[in-house]
This record gives sequence, C-alpha cells and structure tokens, in this order.
Amino acid sequence: MINTDILVIGGGPAGMTAAIKASESGAQVIIIERYHELGGQLIKQTHRFFGSKKEQAGIRGISIAQELTEKIENHSNIRVMTEATAEGYYEDEVVTISHENKFKKIKAKKVIIATGASENMLAFENNDLPGVYGAGAVQTLMNLYGILPGEKVIMVGAGNIGLIVSYQLLQAGVDVEAVIEAAPKIGGYLVHASKIRRAGVPIYTSHSIKKAIGENSVQGAEVVELNDNWEMKVGTEKVIEADIICLAVGLNPLSDLLIQAECEVVYTPELGGDVPIRDENLKTTKDHIFVAGDVAGIEEATAAMLEGEIAGLKAVSEIGYSNENIFEELNRLKTELNKLRSGPVGKVIKNGIEKVRRGNYVGKNRYSHLR
Amino acid sequence: MRIENHPILDLDRDEEKEITFTYKGKEIKAYEGETIAAALYAAGIRVLKASSKYERPRGLFCAIGNCSSCHMVVDGIPNVKTCITKVKEGMVVEEEVGKGDIVD
Repeated sequence: MINTDILVIGGGPAGMTAAIKASESGAQVIIIERYHELGGQLIKQTHRFFGSKKEQAGIRGISIAQELTEKIENHSNIRVMTEATAEGYYEDEVVTISHENKFKKIKAKKVIIATGASENMLAFENNDLPGVYGAGAVQTLMNLYGILPGEKVIMVGAGNIGLIVSYQLLQAGVDVEAVIEAAPKIGGYLVHASKIRRAGVPIYTSHSIKKAIGENSVQGAEVVELNDNWEMKVGTEKVIEADIICLAVGLNPLSDLLIQAECEVVYTPELGGDVPIRDENLKTTKDHIFVAGDVAGIEEATAAMLEGEIAGLKAVSEIGYSNENIFEELNRLKTELNKLRSGPVGKVIKNGIEKVRRGNYVGKNRYSHLR
Repeated sequence: MRIENHPILDLDRDEEKEITFTYKGKEIKAYEGETIAAALYAAGIRVLKASSKYERPRGLFCAIGNCSSCHMVVDGIPNVKTCITKVKEGMVVEEEVGKGDIVD
C-alpha cells in the first residue's frame, strides 16, 4: 500500500495544476497518468490559445504542457507515475492502479479525479471501418508522432475542434475535401472557419454523413443534406472520396470512476454528459473526492487548469495544510473562472453547473440502481 | 508515411533511435518512444484487429487508450492497447481475432 496526502488521477491540464497547487502547501502528492508522459491532450495542440494573456492565450498547447510538466518535475513532493491506469475505487478510499505491469494500491487523504473526456462516436453505416477516427486520434498521429494520417479527409463537425484540426491537417500536407456540419450554421469561431475557407476547403452546413464506403478501410463517404428537422433529404446524397473520416462531434466526460466510487452523477447536456454533483470548490458528494476539468463538464483547457487549482487548493486545506490566504486565493480563482465563462458558451456551461451544484439538484441519481 | 516538413513541429529524426519489431512475421522499423499503433500506421498498416463477433476489420479510433479498437496480441499477451503501449526492439505483434485468451 502506498500512502499519500493527495492522489490526482489524470495528468492533463486539470490534474497537473491540481497537483502543483496541492504540493505548494507542502502536501505529499501522487499524480497518475495512463500515457507515458504528462500533458493530456495539450501535448498535441499545436495552435495558439484564445483568451486573455493571464490565461496563457497566444501560447501553443504543447508549450503549456511542457511548462506544467517542468513545474511538476521541480516539485520534489510530487511523485509522478506514468503508464499507470486507475482500476477501481474501494469503500475504504483505496484506489487500485495498474502500473509497470503490477497491481498497486494507493490510499490518499483526498483524491482529485481529473480523467478528462472521450470523443463521441456518430451513428452511420460502416462507422467501424479503419479510417473513421476521432479528431484527437488524427492529432495524435500527426502532431505527436509526425505521421501522415492519410491523403484526403472528410471532417465531420464544424465546431472549434473540427475547424482547428482541419487547419492542422492542411499544415501537415493533407487535403481536406470538405467539412460537414449537421447544424444550419458553423459552431466554431469564424476566424478558424475563414482560415480553412481561404485555403479552399468547403464547409457544408445542414449536411451529415450517411455511410462510409470501403471494404477494409475507408475509401469515401456518402454525405447528405438535412432539412429543418435534421432529417436526411432523399435524393441529395453525393459521394466524396477520402481515406479518412474524421469525427469532431463532441466529447463526453469520462466519469466511470466517479460512478464506481458512488459519487452522485447526473446527466447534464449543457456539460456534455454524466457529470458529478459538486460544490463551488469542486468537491463531489463524497467527502474524499474532488473533480476538475472535462470530467466535471466539457469545456476547454484554460477552465480545466483553473478548476484544477481550485480543487487542489481546497483539498489540501481540508487536510490541515494551512495557507493564510486561502480564501482570497480561492476567490481570485473563482472570479477568473467566472470571467472566462462570460460569453454565450460560458452561459450555457454556467447553467449546467448551477443544476448540478450540491443542494440544487432534485431528482434521482442516474446510477443508484447499481448499488 | 511520415510527415517530412511541418510549419510548427520539428520533425528532424536524425537523433531518433531506430528499432525493429515484427508484425505478422514481417520486420517493421520504428522509432524508439512511439507507440505500437503509431509505428504500424507509419508503415501503412491500418487494420489492427478483427471484431469479436463478425470479424470486421478494426483500426484506431481514439488513440489515447479510451476505446478498445486497437487491441492486439503483443508478445503473446492479448488485448494490449497498442495506442498507448510503446514499441520495443524485437517485439512480436499480431493481429487480434476474437476476445483473446488468458495467458499464464
């Protein structure tokens, strides 16, 4: 059994800032990460971030990951375990992990779950063919390993991820045949859409994918126009040749571990799926467990980093690591987070969070029948 | 296929260590530090396994260890998530068919 003050599960932006913040008070911290390096999805984000200077805007995701990783390495009271997967959460607050081909147990005074999200699938014929990839997978291949994902791509989804990854594909020398979007208008920032349009990529709104074509791997797709009720218009089908169909159709919080740990979890569309009920300091309905980042609701990395700091700070304060300025510090972080959520997207997220705020939610927990 | 020139990323591979592993008995070159799935992809291999019921071809989907679309048999061990497992010199990688058998 490994004992520690704080266990952080997930080494992405939320988990990393949580670990740093918690360690600064002197607590012993362990951070576990499934991949062989820290950084989460930041390690493949070659684009510059939006927002204000204070929140790392103008800096590429890959640089933020490097900076945070270095900070963690410089904190001697943070133990990093990579290639480590959390397997289960037990009643005596023990977390079991597999690490270096061994089964290990960790007991922490507080656990911060920052497991992130998984990419959504889309239902269409042949969607299991090799060549149908999540946008993150395409980024992994080209931005992390320098491998060409293919020659011609159909991008499904014109939100920010679909638009940004389309641009990254062009940078890697891949042709983007079309971006198709089911909604009647582009969901992402216009600045991203203009960039790929200038490069000659058509964006078809009110369009969806009917089926993938190919035997052993993708050779193309049949796309179709949608009417005002989002139904396929018969007779509008056309075939686009491509060897990659890239899905950028949203993310889903990876709340499996929270559900297994019996935290109250509620389906909240505003936040992308099943998310935990929590208080303003990101504490779940279990006294031992905090959350931060996409697992608490789909947002972006800047919000995840702020949430990580809040959860890390509050968690250590509850186990006796005092910080004189904790109230001011927490308030400052919450104010920043609030500012970040001031746009139209932020408004939806704030509505979602209000619904799952501890004490606000009325109804039956979605997973109580499993107990 | 590997990307040779990129406006942002430094893809100079002169310093990288080349290693060799086998896939279906064929020798494949890879760079140390990359995952099995990435190395296979660079060698043009997109089909990694057959689905357990209908044996349909399966390749990557998430590439970060969430889904199970890239499970392969590695050094005799089935259900290895090849998208998050680093390739090693001399590794023996096979396509996976079915659910995989328990090994001692």
